[in-house]
Amino acid sequence: MAHISGPLTAGVIVYLAGAAAGLAGMRAPRRARFASFALALAGALIEIGASVAALAKGAAETWALPFGVPLFSWTLRVNPLSAYFNLALGVLAAAVSIYSFGYLRGMEGRRNIGVLGFFYNLLLLSLTLVFTAANAFFFLLAWEVMALAGYCLVSFEHEKEETRRAGMLFLIMSHAGTGLLLIAFLLLGSAAGTLDFAAFRAAASALPPWERGTVFLLFFLGFGVKAGIIPIHVWLPAAHPVAPSNISALMSGIVIKTGIYGMALVFFEFFDAPPVWAGLIVIAAGVISALLGVLYALMEHDLKRLLAYHSIENIGIILIGFGAALLFRALEQPYLAAIALIAALYHTMNHAIFKSLLFLGAGSVLDRTHTRNMEEMGGLIRRMPVTAACFLTGAIAISGLPPLNGFVSEWLTYQALLAGFGSTQALTRVVFPIAGAMLSLTAALAAACFVKAFGISFLALPRSEHAAAATESCRSMQAGMAILAAACFVLGLGATWFIRIFDPLTTQAFGVEAGSALVAGGGWALSSGAPSGGTISTSGIAMMLVLLSAVPGLFWLAWGRSARRATGPTWDCGLPGLTAENEYTATGFSKPIRMIFAALYRPRREIQAEYEVSPYYPKAIHFESEVESAFEKHFYDPLRDWIYQMARRARTLQAGSIHAYLAYIFVALIALLLFGVRG
Amino acid sequence: MMGALLETIAQALLLLGVAPLVTGFIRTMKARLQMRRGPGVLQPYYEIYKLLRKEMVIPDTASWLFPATPYVLFLSTLLAGLMVPMVSAGTPLGLFGGVLAVVYLLGLGRFFLALGGLDTGSSFGGLGSSREMTISALAEPTLMLAVFTVAIGAGSTSLAQMVQAAIGQQWRFLAPSQMLAFAALFIVLIAETGRIPVDNPATHLELTMIHEAMILEYSGPYLALIEWAASIKQLVLMTLLINVFWPFGLPASWSGAGALTGLAYLSLKLALLSSVIVVVETTNAKMRLFRVPELMAVGFTLAALALVSSFLF
Repeated sequence: MAHISGPLTAGVIVYLAGAAAGLAGMRAPRRARFASFALALAGALIEIGASVAALAKGAAETWALPFGVPLFSWTLRVNPLSAYFNLALGVLAAAVSIYSFGYLRGMEGRRNIGVLGFFYNLLLLSLTLVFTAANAFFFLLAWEVMALAGYCLVSFEHEKEETRRAGMLFLIMSHAGTGLLLIAFLLLGSAAGTLDFAAFRAAASALPPWERGTVFLLFFLGFGVKAGIIPIHVWLPAAHPVAPSNISALMSGIVIKTGIYGMALVFFEFFDAPPVWAGLIVIAAGVISALLGVLYALMEHDLKRLLAYHSIENIGIILIGFGAALLFRALEQPYLAAIALIAALYHTMNHAIFKSLLFLGAGSVLDRTHTRNMEEMGGLIRRMPVTAACFLTGAIAISGLPPLNGFVSEWLTYQALLAGFGSTQALTRVVFPIAGAMLSLTAALAAACFVKAFGISFLALPRSEHAAAATESCRSMQAGMAILAAACFVLGLGATWFIRIFDPLTTQAFGVEAGSALVAGGGWALSSGAPSGGTISTSGIAMMLVLLSAVPGLFWLAWGRSARRATGPTWDCGLPGLTAENEYTATGFSKPIRMIFAALYRPRREIQAEYEVSPYYPKAIHFESEVESAFEKHFYDPLRDWIYQMARRARTLQAGSIHAYLAYIFVALIALLLFGVRG
Repeated sequence: MMGALLETIAQALLLLGVAPLVTGFIRTMKARLQMRRGPGVLQPYYEIYKLLRKEMVIPDTASWLFPATPYVLFLSTLLAGLMVPMVSAGTPLGLFGGVLAVVYLLGLGRFFLALGGLDTGSSFGGLGSSREMTISALAEPTLMLAVFTVAIGAGSTSLAQMVQAAIGQQWRFLAPSQMLAFAALFIVLIAETGRIPVDNPATHLELTMIHEAMILEYSGPYLALIEWAASIKQLVLMTLLINVFWPFGLPASWSGAGALTGLAYLSLKLALLSSVIVVVETTNAKMRLFRVPELMAVGFTLAALALVSSFLF
């Protein structure tokens, strides 16, 4: 059997070389761009190969880097779970690196590409290590490097006030999360006597219930910050939009998935039999994040912020799957747990791909229209046809519509939830169909939101001069998007082929091979896993859509060919000519939703009309509309004020008198001595 | 394999052939109930035939999405129809998807239709798309919860299995959970097919229209495809409701005589359900747009009660 350690370490070294190339090219932007991103691409391809090999091999492999410090070993480990996340990382890194060649060309001379290349490679490196670290110390080290590289990339356009604030918020929230993780790892580590992951499972099951519950919650919150679950999501919609778009694609595509990886690690590797309430909490967090995420996304007309809120929504969908898997585990239904886990992990991969695709598409649009505001776009489908086609593919996929990949994972999630109702007699079973109904509401609202996002940005007449003058982006950017768009088709139509990848994963987590067991109908369809359960075939659907086009084709042959076609102006309501001002706006499109969910949004609007003679003939109208950001206003602002207040009070301790300071030291010494004697 | 192919073709022909008739029947009945003579039952066929031969005018602001939309809508709706059991308990394309696939395929058609509405740049198109997506989003959880209630009873989301389970217990449709779920799904049917009190299919009054606003710029063969798809969608949803809750008289599989009996029963039940729709349309006024969420909330409550009563009784 070949070893995975070799190629995986090689990939990491290539990333390191890419980072070095970035540093070396600080003053030679063109060389830095080619060298560091080509090396990133090479590293990504190596990692894809290593991950595929590891998944094929199935067994875990552990090795140590040669420069260990006595207490903290640098152990790496590849098991099916980490290989799966590494695969997602590799695919995204490859596509984004290709995209970056063209995307960064416009930045040459204006910004330091070398620095960007350095941090970009560092981010990829740390992500690989996060997914493969087998020791808590090493894991946290990689985690911190990832957070810092992420911070530097988010703050790349630091001359803007908005960017600096977002970067700072990202850093603070990220460290609050890391703090919780640190405590959790130390609690678990002190029980295990070592920081190696291998010993954590035995240690976790030996902990008393309340302590185990605390550790579970600490992990959930700590990883939840990174994943962006509501209400600890506030940094995400701030930080993802301000980063350069290739970075946003990585951030939303894979960096937030480290939180999901961490949860999978804790839920299914460290913890043997989590209590029922743990599953309920995770499902509840999933439902809330999914629903509120999409509702806030609907109110955005900043294209990148809209996408960032959708990341929260999709993390919610993933967590619904995780929560179901946890509940099934508590109910001792390993087979159902495996199906729920497959649904969640399938959606993780899908979201990584279509969200990166959408961010890259948004990046191309931004690059040409110089705005993130959808109200100033429009008509781009004619001017940027390839970008539009790729963005549309992503929009269909993220809306969970057949036959693309989002549909497959949402279908699996529904099936897991439906099976859940019959798995127990306890009242908790009501949770499953309710979560399913909320998932369907989320999916339908997501479809509405992407009709808005695509329709307003790409269709009809251009709404600004920049949009009217936009041209298609360059070849490498198109290639980066096309790769991911193709992946949406492959993961959608090839679901029965891809699902086999989960065999080693479910074997590792629950000891059942659930992936290939779901393939039914002679390899055509996926089944729900139950004997007479539902089946789905995305390839069949796609095939039928093609075959059925014979019907309208016949009409066309019979009548349509001879039917006259004319081009005419759109009905302009009798006004002299249709202009972009007549078009529906993004704000207008989501107005019904805003009114229906007014209790959540608490919208505020202000209309001022200026008139000279009669109020019926206004000269100018000023309109302002705003949606309340509830979590900032009711939770984070009071919290910040409280911290400031406490800090002011604490300042009185710092009186400036040397006698007082000596007294503090004395008291602290006594206290420590007492603590030491007692312990 | 051959049999499945024949079934598929037969059901496709049935969908294409019967759908305009149902629309025509509802229109005629409605006219009679309102003391009008109204057009004949076959009027929708004439309209489709007329539109297929007419000139079409494409707005100069539209992109390739505008002409692509009628095809996507037509194909996805037809495919959804092929997954629903019509004249027998089996369905030709049951392997390719169950009730979830039907719902999501209809969603795919709606997604494109809403984009087609926006593509023209007209204010009406945007207005219709916005309202259509909002209302369908609000109807979605009701639909799913009611479907789940039935699917849980049948232990499957496969429509053939769901119908089989219903055939197994002839009087099950009288159970509280089934009746509540039926009521919830009836509300969804009204909303999804754009009927009064949610939308008025007969109006072009700018303030109230939803579906008609979206397709305002379509003409000729494109409009024919859209109108046809709309009546197929109506037929699919009605058949779904009928066969899942009341499969009385449905043969177990496709066969010459069995299919004919099944067709006869289906026609009868379609006429019955259409009459109910006609009565609802005639006795109600169209709701203001922002009262529709209240109706949807009623539907959701009914579906939730259906779920709860499914394991209480």
